[in-house]
Amino acid sequence: MTTRVGIITFPGTLDDRDAATAVALGGAQAVPLWHKDTNLNGVDAVILPGGFSYGDYLRAGALASMSPIMQQVIKAADQGMPVLGICNGFQMLCETGLLPGALTRNKDLHFICRPELITITNNKTAWTNFFQPGAELLIPVKNGEGCYQVSPESLPEIEAKGLVVARYNNNPNGSMNDIAAITNEAGNVVGIMPHPEHAVDGLVGAGVDGLGFFWSIAGVTV
Amino acid sequence: MVDTVSNAANSPALNQPWQKLGLKEDEYQRIKDILGRRPTSAELAMYSVMWSEHCSYKSSKVHLKQFGEKTPDNNVLLVGIGENAGVVDIGDGWAVTFKVESHNHPSFIEPYQGAATGVGGIVRDILAMGARPLAVMDSLRFGAADAADTARVLNGAVAGIGGYGNSLGLPNIGGETVFHESYAGNPLVNALCVGAMKHDQILKSGANEVGDLVLLYGAATGGDGIGGVSVLASEVFDEAAPSARPSVQVGDPFMEKLLIEATLEMARAGLIEAIQDLGGAGLSCATSEMASNGSGGMRVQLDTVPLRDASLSPEEILMSESQERMCAIVDPVNLDQVLAICEKWDLTATVIGEVTDTNKLEIYWHDELIVDVPPQTVAHEGPVYNRPMQRPANQDELIADSAAKLAMPTTGAEIKADLLKLLSHANLADKFGITEQYDKYVRGDTVLSAPDDAGMVRIDRKTGKGVALALDGNGRFCKLDPYLGAQLNLAEAYRNVAMSGATPIAVTNCLNFGSPEDPAVMWQFAEAVSGLADAALEFGTPVTGGNVSFYNQTGEIAILPTPVIGVLGVIEEVGKRITRVYSNPGSKVYLLGETRAEIDGSTWAEIIHNHLGGVPPKLDITAEKLLARCMRNFAAYGIAEAAHDISDGGLLTALAEMVYDSGIGMKIEISQELAAGAMLFSESASRAIVVVPENGITAFNQLCEQLEQPVTLIGEISAEGAGLEITGLLELSYQELTAAFQTPLLPH
Repeated sequence: MTTRVGIITFPGTLDDRDAATAVALGGAQAVPLWHKDTNLNGVDAVILPGGFSYGDYLRAGALASMSPIMQQVIKAADQGMPVLGICNGFQMLCETGLLPGALTRNKDLHFICRPELITITNNKTAWTNFFQPGAELLIPVKNGEGCYQVSPESLPEIEAKGLVVARYNNNPNGSMNDIAAITNEAGNVVGIMPHPEHAVDGLVGAGVDGLGFFWSIAGVTV
Repeated sequence: MVDTVSNAANSPALNQPWQKLGLKEDEYQRIKDILGRRPTSAELAMYSVMWSEHCSYKSSKVHLKQFGEKTPDNNVLLVGIGENAGVVDIGDGWAVTFKVESHNHPSFIEPYQGAATGVGGIVRDILAMGARPLAVMDSLRFGAADAADTARVLNGAVAGIGGYGNSLGLPNIGGETVFHESYAGNPLVNALCVGAMKHDQILKSGANEVGDLVLLYGAATGGDGIGGVSVLASEVFDEAAPSARPSVQVGDPFMEKLLIEATLEMARAGLIEAIQDLGGAGLSCATSEMASNGSGGMRVQLDTVPLRDASLSPEEILMSESQERMCAIVDPVNLDQVLAICEKWDLTATVIGEVTDTNKLEIYWHDELIVDVPPQTVAHEGPVYNRPMQRPANQDELIADSAAKLAMPTTGAEIKADLLKLLSHANLADKFGITEQYDKYVRGDTVLSAPDDAGMVRIDRKTGKGVALALDGNGRFCKLDPYLGAQLNLAEAYRNVAMSGATPIAVTNCLNFGSPEDPAVMWQFAEAVSGLADAALEFGTPVTGGNVSFYNQTGEIAILPTPVIGVLGVIEEVGKRITRVYSNPGSKVYLLGETRAEIDGSTWAEIIHNHLGGVPPKLDITAEKLLARCMRNFAAYGIAEAAHDISDGGLLTALAEMVYDSGIGMKIEISQELAAGAMLFSESASRAIVVVPENGITAFNQLCEQLEQPVTLIGEISAEGAGLEITGLLELSYQELTAAFQTPLLPH
């Protein structure tokens, strides 16, 4: 049966259309969800797409983390449902506490949009199981607040538990330990700052290296 | 106490601040003649902003009418000049609207907000036509890179364009950034937006049906931007004047994103009869234009307008340029559905009035009549000036001062030294520090973006149909000959679109000039408009609309006359587009077009010798159209691997740019005649470099021969080495190229 992946649109969400395209290209079915919805419409997985939800007022992702649908996402994630937060979605996952740490202003204080090489360091998650460990991928970053920070006490713990899912080859934003993506201990919730949904069609994106994330959730194997 | 219509009739002698509001004495008298009494203070506020240069085009109207008179007869234009933006037919039932607008003065005073709200305003213009906004571009001009104030303006303007456009989810697909001392006190920030819709989804602004409701939705009205058009955009800056900062609007892109989605949801459901955005002149403009464009009149209860600041007077509410507001005309039977959509998107929506059959615009403030005017007199029958024009006294001297007398580089070492100086100059260096601040991926339809010659977005995912856009200006050529200069600008934008394989079909423009009250500036303006209109007719590409920005001068010194021209092209299958990046060693490199030793007004003359004089390159529009026809064929048949137009910096610069972008070397062998400095840096028009893979060469040569396109084989892509080698003349390693191109734009 085709995997149904819910794509949540918040006011100010921008990459929802792109996430839906990528899900379909990966072989799953994209199901639109709205921030005021109070149930997840029976989806098998959820993507929190990029953008500036609620204008990123207060803090990036902070208001979205309080929205009606996020309470359902938190509940489902605790029960093991795969959740992928991309960029602003990653910020939401940190704000809800589903993932540790926070995303702060890039080290040079500018918004940066360019393809970056990342290396997959954990292929056991619901969203990266298609990849080989050590796979190098070219994926665009596009954010102003992508600098991953976590308390000095938690960092060794995150590393020891293998929660780092991907690292930048050339850290563009000052993230601790070059962290580009992390997961929770169960491996069902992943937050990633680069945009794999913009690396699924070489004509309009940065190559096709991002497809593996969507093949992973669709259950595609080599 | 509020100044009512009856009060105005009873106190004819009241002293009114018409001068402070930017009106001239005869204009004030004309208002009194129209009304048969003195205007109320609210009417005076409306007339002052609507009759400002920015809104009324009073100095430019007599010239701009040529764009309508010289429209090519080819049925491309669906909606012409006069609505929020022009609309063109691109086939398959698709309509595309695009427009460029200036936000120059606000961007000097407060660069971030000035530039941000420039993007916001042009996006709303596109939205108001019923189109889904798809992409933005920007054309920026600043003072010299090493001038004291340049960093402030550039960093702020770029961050503002990125901050606003990125938050809207609109990819930025290209543009230009140019530095020249004449823009130091008057930077140019011109923003373009393109959008698409189906033919039957086009919306207009005329309020026609009596009883329809006037709905204001989006942001609440505040005290920002009051008098922006009359005070800021229509006067010369005076250094001693108090800060004009409160006249600059403040943007909220989050609100604009909601406006876009809500408006399109209402429009696609057929719930909107007419629509207008609130930009320059705010409610004064929206109410008077919608009433004037329609068949009846309009009655507005101004006290129902939601306010951010309860202390605002009715005059201020009418003049406020608070951003992110739209005004729609709605049939009462659809009101509940419209309000439900606004609520879904958390937008405040208020019925502020209704359409009447009085032919009057009547505005009430707490049941008292404060505006009672024929709307046409506010919106469309403002003053028209045929301003005096005078060819500048020193124009002959300027033309006689040819660059031919300058010291030309002759040896390979000298040519290389000049080239490296060009490539590391802020006008030619890599602009990644700017373009990386813009999201180019969002929406997933960006096929080409900076530094490609044109930007390209896919419109239809099923068929692959898309549009290409280029935005170009050249103030140096226009200074030497504004008529020919404007034509060369159009030719360059046309050529950039053609390079992608798209067919250019329509033109928009943003005309940036000094004070219209200076006869020399007015002469430049008139010449440029004539040149542009004549060229557009000959190219067969109608001018669909545009924008005029006057008063770009500090004291007596005007900017270089700078028309910025946008050209739109159509491509049936975006997968067939041509980029400027090649990848196959052994592919052949061709020069298309004829090179003459034309260095007057060139980038070489400017950067190497700080010289501007002589006559611009000659333009043969037939040759330019032929080149575009060739490119269209190369794309359709898949013959060309890469292509790049030759413009700023000439042939040598264009080759260097291709090598740098591709990361693979080029080995060039050219005749002694072409290897001369004046030929390598010449900016002769109608030329391009095309890279053709082995299996395309026969077809390429046949096409060029049949179409009689002048073409010269000049070299091939290297099997080894990533540099640019010109046999017997010079060699540039990839490291040298990279070091030059990646020179920081601004000195630290």
